[in-house]
Amino acid sequence: MKIAVPIKFVPDLVEELAIDASGASLDTSWLRLIINEFDDHAVEQAILLKERSGGQATVMAVEAEGVDDFLFTAAAKGADQLIKLTGDSAGANNHALARVYAALLKELQPDLVLTGVQAHNDLDGSIGPLLAEYLGVPFVGYVAGINASGEKVIARKEYPGGLVAETEVKFPAVLGIQAAEQPPRYVAYSKIRQVMGTTKIEERPLPELDSSGGATVSRMYQPEAAEHAAMIEGGADEAADKIIGILKELGAL
Amino acid sequence: MSQDIFVVVEHLRGQVADISYVMLAGARQLSQNSGGNVTAVLLGHNAQGLAGNLAADRVLYMDHPALAEFTSDAYLLALESLIKEQAPRAVLFGHTSIGMDVAGGLSVRGNLPLVTSCRTFGNDGKFVSQICGGKIMAEGELPSPTALVTMVPGGYKSEQGQSANAPALAMATAPALDGLRMSVKQYIEPEAGDVDISKEPILVAVGRGIQNKDNIELADELAAALGGQICASRPVVDQGWLATSRLVGKSGKRVKPKVYLALGISGAPEHVEGISDSDMIIAVNTDPNAPIFNVAKFGTTVDLLDLAPQLTEKVKQAKGG
Repeated sequence: MKIAVPIKFVPDLVEELAIDASGASLDTSWLRLIINEFDDHAVEQAILLKERSGGQATVMAVEAEGVDDFLFTAAAKGADQLIKLTGDSAGANNHALARVYAALLKELQPDLVLTGVQAHNDLDGSIGPLLAEYLGVPFVGYVAGINASGEKVIARKEYPGGLVAETEVKFPAVLGIQAAEQPPRYVAYSKIRQVMGTTKIEERPLPELDSSGGATVSRMYQPEAAEHAAMIEGGADEAADKIIGILKELGAL
Repeated sequence: MSQDIFVVVEHLRGQVADISYVMLAGARQLSQNSGGNVTAVLLGHNAQGLAGNLAADRVLYMDHPALAEFTSDAYLLALESLIKEQAPRAVLFGHTSIGMDVAGGLSVRGNLPLVTSCRTFGNDGKFVSQICGGKIMAEGELPSPTALVTMVPGGYKSEQGQSANAPALAMATAPALDGLRMSVKQYIEPEAGDVDISKEPILVAVGRGIQNKDNIELADELAAALGGQICASRPVVDQGWLATSRLVGKSGKRVKPKVYLALGISGAPEHVEGISDSDMIIAVNTDPNAPIFNVAKFGTTVDLLDLAPQLTEKVKQAKGG
């Protein structure tokens, strides 16, 4: 079984986000990028499937700071092939990324494509369903658990409240991963170092980007809450006292 | 083309999902700007009974055995044909396990622009989307000719999308739904778990800020002292640190406790969706910009690892004395 995982890097939400001078996009000058956590789960799921049923796993990414480390880490976990699309992808939306990945995947012909079900900065759909349609193959999203056998998979599709619909899909297919069957594994840095010496990242030039299919953002801003929490001043001791007071007032103590 | 706003009604196993009503409320506002009507699109098999309380000017109902269970394959074919025929101004989907599976494919197949995570529409007809875990809003003109939009909850109350009067029902002809590449084999109910957190009056919730499995004990001790239960946001459950039955939010349970003590939870929209009915939310998060503070009544930025043990002690003292 051939599995491919196209990934995306997104702003790290732990850092403070700022809007740039245009007022319509994020200020990228200080932006720290990290792997979309759902894509991290997609990589883990690909490795799990490979370990269970054999086959080959390819992880592909568009150039960004930190991408090389992520790709080498994926190889240390068990990915066989690493591909990086080099060039300027600034301003590319998911329609553009899906078109780029589709062109590459038509060449690779995988049985299964796993992508994170969404990313927090998606504004024109998530990559998976767009990609599936460019490839002309079926898509099932919100998947947490996969059984692959022969020419098809049974995907555990999640609905609100924890209900699961076991959905059978024929190969080739794209699945949007909500969670891998186990949390993304940890690999020791020594192992990653070792992989860096033996595995090569294949570089391909990023083709021209076509972002049609999305919407134009005219204004971006940080939401002003109608109501903001009353902030408790002081350290842990004062905060604990104040919370005790609130709980007593509520009759919860 | 028309100025009508279509809402793709989401339903599963005989129940209309709440987001459908939220979308109808949004569609009503959008239609006032576009000057068109609101059409609820209902796809199913023997499902016309679900149309009863939809606040729409009309319901377009398409019946086909292949639409009995949701699959993106069958929905794509059905909606592609309907949108081509009716050319509405916009089609609204839930930003959900159903809507997100379909909207992207339709965008590519029909060459229609797509906007996702929309929370509200402006009176000027602009979309207002909520991204980056609720930290950023993005707005813009609704693209033409037919905009596909996925909607998140929070912007409209579902009661606004419900009506006491049944709307007019029109039948839509189903296209050939052949060559489907997927099928639903069975549904699996969630594990019941030892407690039903949706019925608990006191909840101590842990998020990513709890850092590791060992620290769960701190929250567990606090919950025990308070006579409450522990629950969690998605990352904690995905790590396997707590059972799925303890999951709160979009993919888990909706809770409505008297007190919801959120420890190290950022407050992403997917989580907030599940806690908005809580009487009192107290949030503990070291990030002063965490969106959880926009829904909490009280908040503190002290480290939960410092606070939890102290709070547990003080609760024990208060109860003992």
